[in-house]
Amino acid sequence: MEALKLFKERINNHKEKLLSLASNSADIQAKYGPSLRHITPAVLAAYRFCYCRWIGSRAIGLGVDQKMHANKPYTNDERYKRILMSLEVLAKRMGIYDPFHQVNMWGDSFKIDGSLNSIASPMFMMKPGMQNKSECTPHESREPSGDDQENDKADSKVLRRQAQNREAARKCRQRKKAYVQQLETSRVKLVQLELEIEKAKNQGMYIRSAPDVSYMGSSGTMNPGITLFELEYGQWIEEQDRQNVELRNALQTHESDMQLHLLVESCLSHYSNLFRMKAEAAKADVFYLISGAWKTSVERLFLWIGGSRPSQLLHIIVPQLEPLTDQQIVRINNLRRSSQQAEDALSLGLDKLQQSLVHNIPSDPLVLGHYGFEMAAAMDKGEALEGFVNQADHLRQQTLLHMSRILTSRQAAQGLLAMGEYFHRLRTLSSLWTAQSCDPSFSTHLSN
Amino acid sequence: MHYQVESAAAAWSYLMRVRSMEEDQMERVLRLASQSAVVIFSVSSCCMCHAMKRLFCGMGVNPTVHELDQDPKGKDMERALMRLLGNGINSTAAVVPVVFIGGKLVGSMDRVLAFHISGTLVPLLKQAGALWL
Repeated sequence: MEALKLFKERINNHKEKLLSLASNSADIQAKYGPSLRHITPAVLAAYRFCYCRWIGSRAIGLGVDQKMHANKPYTNDERYKRILMSLEVLAKRMGIYDPFHQVNMWGDSFKIDGSLNSIASPMFMMKPGMQNKSECTPHESREPSGDDQENDKADSKVLRRQAQNREAARKCRQRKKAYVQQLETSRVKLVQLELEIEKAKNQGMYIRSAPDVSYMGSSGTMNPGITLFELEYGQWIEEQDRQNVELRNALQTHESDMQLHLLVESCLSHYSNLFRMKAEAAKADVFYLISGAWKTSVERLFLWIGGSRPSQLLHIIVPQLEPLTDQQIVRINNLRRSSQQAEDALSLGLDKLQQSLVHNIPSDPLVLGHYGFEMAAAMDKGEALEGFVNQADHLRQQTLLHMSRILTSRQAAQGLLAMGEYFHRLRTLSSLWTAQSCDPSFSTHLSN
Repeated sequence: MHYQVESAAAAWSYLMRVRSMEEDQMERVLRLASQSAVVIFSVSSCCMCHAMKRLFCGMGVNPTVHELDQDPKGKDMERALMRLLGNGINSTAAVVPVVFIGGKLVGSMDRVLAFHISGTLVPLLKQAGALWL
């Protein structure tokens, strides 16, 4: 505050000088010239500042009087204004003039309007030492003065700046609007996508334990045959589980052989259904079927030409059976051997198919050009693949049928239950695995 | 009129020639089939035929293989085989491989697999003299 007082004193000193000069405007150049040498830009700013204040206070005081005397030449204010202008001229001449474009505005405008605030504070920004003065930037009253010709320049500048501000504000508002609109559209899109996903999930992608629920063909479009297959397979699984429960109950309650026989027959026909479904799916998209995408991930571990190995089926079934007769053992061994041989033969055939497919794909990568002929040959191989899948399913079905013929009804029921239970556990393991991999904190300790 | 009768006669004689050719081929097929214990008619590029061949070789049987694509009259033979297999085969499905055991028609791959699983293939082979164990 002391600095403020000191500065005020200094300003008052200079103010007196200014007043005296103002009364004798003709001598300014002569008298004031030399003393202007000591005027630093900061001091000039100080002059301006106090002149502002002074004029402001005077304008408040004079107010109406000024307007009344507006027509008089060389009113006090005019005179002061002129003084200042010449001060600037002198300063320019002496090379100490601060090319601060607002000087003109300020010099011309001794109307105390809001623009003074913007003028006064930047002026004070010039000298860092006087930063504390910026706080006491006066809130001058916004008294408009009379219309003077010299004010037009200031007016125009002020108006220009105001117009620029308006322009900038308008642009800013436009940008903000555009951004908000963009956000809105993105939000709408997000909601739409979520709806689509929901729809696709419900529409027949129902696989109970498989996490990868949506099927997209290689071209990205939905294959209706495959969609149907997935839907039916989901239902098949449910039916399978229900039949498992029935078999278990029947075995535990020691039902009659006839009952068991009927159950076995229904189970076998259920499996025939599955093979029929698979044949249809193979016609729709054989690559989908052979990839095992419709099975759960753990089941896929044991995949062999679009399903499980017949020899493995035997492996699962046989240990679960009641003591077998010797003849049964012999027959089962024969069955095991022959299914193994058939499996090997089909595997070898499939290997040859793969090799021929590789050969058919254009072997010379340097040759660019259409390879329609090779692609057509490769398409034939796709049909051959369908044949292999069908033969593999046929093998599985025959194995099951023959097995049921070898065994008694009770043994067959046990075998089918064992098989159903085995696959059910594989599916459960698969879903557990998926849950664990999705959520690492998922506890694998389950009480069954 | 005369011309038409002649063309009709020409068509008829053509048909008769074709029919006889086919029958020739049928006879040829049957003749070939009975020449050996196990005869497989196949196409060299067909992979299912390859699987069939490996199946029999894996069992220890030495089949006689006739490659229809390497035979000049292969097309006719294929048609004859199609007729032998019956009307169940649609025209787009592959005819081959076809197996004859002991001169008797067994059929295509699925028949062979069914016989094998049910355990009747091995006795059949033994009966035909293809297997001795």
